[in-house]
Amino acid sequence: MKISHRTLITGLAATGAAAPAAAATAEISIAIPQLKVAEYHKPYVAIWLEPATGVSARTLAVWYDADNREDAGQKWLRDLRAWWRKGGRTLKMPANGISGATRAPGPQRARFNLGALQPGAYRIVVEAAREEGGREVVTLPFTWNGKGARAAASGSSELGAVAAAIRP
Amino acid sequence: MPVKRLFVAALLLAAAPAGAHNLWIKPSAATVSGEDGWVSFDAAASTDVFVADHQPLRVEQIKAFTPDGSEARIENGITGRYRSTFDLHLTKPGTWRVAVENAGLQGSYKLGGEDYRVGGRPPGGPGGMRPAGAPGAAAANARGPAGGPTGAAPPQRPGMTGKFVPGGPDFVLPAGATDVKLTQSASRNEVFVTLGEPTEIKPTGKGLEMVPLTHPADLVADAPGRFRFLVEGKPAANLEVRLIPDGKRYRNDQGEIVAKTNAAGEVSVPWPSAGLYWLNATYQDGTSSIANASGRRFNYVTTLEVMTP
Repeated sequence: MKISHRTLITGLAATGAAAPAAAATAEISIAIPQLKVAEYHKPYVAIWLEPATGVSARTLAVWYDADNREDAGQKWLRDLRAWWRKGGRTLKMPANGISGATRAPGPQRARFNLGALQPGAYRIVVEAAREEGGREVVTLPFTWNGKGARAAASGSSELGAVAAAIRP
Repeated sequence: MPVKRLFVAALLLAAAPAGAHNLWIKPSAATVSGEDGWVSFDAAASTDVFVADHQPLRVEQIKAFTPDGSEARIENGITGRYRSTFDLHLTKPGTWRVAVENAGLQGSYKLGGEDYRVGGRPPGGPGGMRPAGAPGAAAANARGPAGGPTGAAPPQRPGMTGKFVPGGPDFVLPAGATDVKLTQSASRNEVFVTLGEPTEIKPTGKGLEMVPLTHPADLVADAPGRFRFLVEGKPAANLEVRLIPDGKRYRNDQGEIVAKTNAAGEVSVPWPSAGLYWLNATYQDGTSSIANASGRRFNYVTTLEVMTP
């Protein structure tokens, strides 16, 4: 039941075979769609890395209303439901190097140091939830062989094109 | 017949006789984020679960507990016509519990030519449980002594006779009693709500209880929920567990899910969809660890929130 953040990271490192882990960097682009709605709020977005088994997620970024008075934006972090369950609830917010402000519609880019990554099957998951709007999860599966990998997918409502390039 | 005043009593211990009303506690959310958080609850008894159209569950009967098990304060309690409502301020991370619990003896005996009924609610007292074996005679609305102890106390029911004796832990069967018909009763209706990271839900070893194998904060529509049921701390094998999804008013069928526990008392429940579910199980047999009780009857209810994946 209880999953500490430390075991999440260990879990990731333990994935894969005996091949040496190679440091990896991920460049992720996320299109946040422009929506013609009466009341628009920029979505909360969580980005995380998990082995293909789905357990042991590592949060890469959370964009939320961190500047909200008294950090009240935290109240809605649980609406990023998958991320909340997979690891969000174990993080202390705001989290240095992980949490940031919500982003405007348009192409958004972010770069993450994934650290030493064992060869194996992984996925990068992007989840978006919007006030007065919907929620969507887009998954980018990739196989890491130490050299490089690319993955792309597209959302249909709260997220547009999402792509990741993972490099040593 | 004063049905209004009797309903909760009839249900607290309810083995859900035909046509019974179901007792439910509905949280505004089971998963909460932030430094602290509030959950608002509705509690009532009605035929369709989570539909407030019959009777409120009394706020005084409800207790709340922090993740470490100490009692927490219930705030802003109001008893309305159809449902009561109250708030719980989650001031630290972990899994909090809100519950209505009753335990005691119910039944009857004779002493010196007089009838006595054990357990049940003295007139005017808070709702409690229904006596298992109420002697049936006339004397409708006969009244026992006022001011009942223990929460295990149902109302005087029409057709019930005899002097009222509390069925709580202090009950001692008087010497010379005859025609003793006593049943050990326990009911638990509980809801778990979690702020931040969930904490373990530990069994108490009393009555019928659910030990989650899938934590209530981890329930997702695309994975079955797994639970273990215990009777007095031992696996409740072959126990029938019933679940009813919220929203009965907006569909034609009850949508009931019935599952049975295995030898280890474990059950796996596949979810037809995300949403709120009312879970109920009743256990009954002819043994009891309590002196002079010839059987036991336990009831368990919880509300589960299943999320979209």
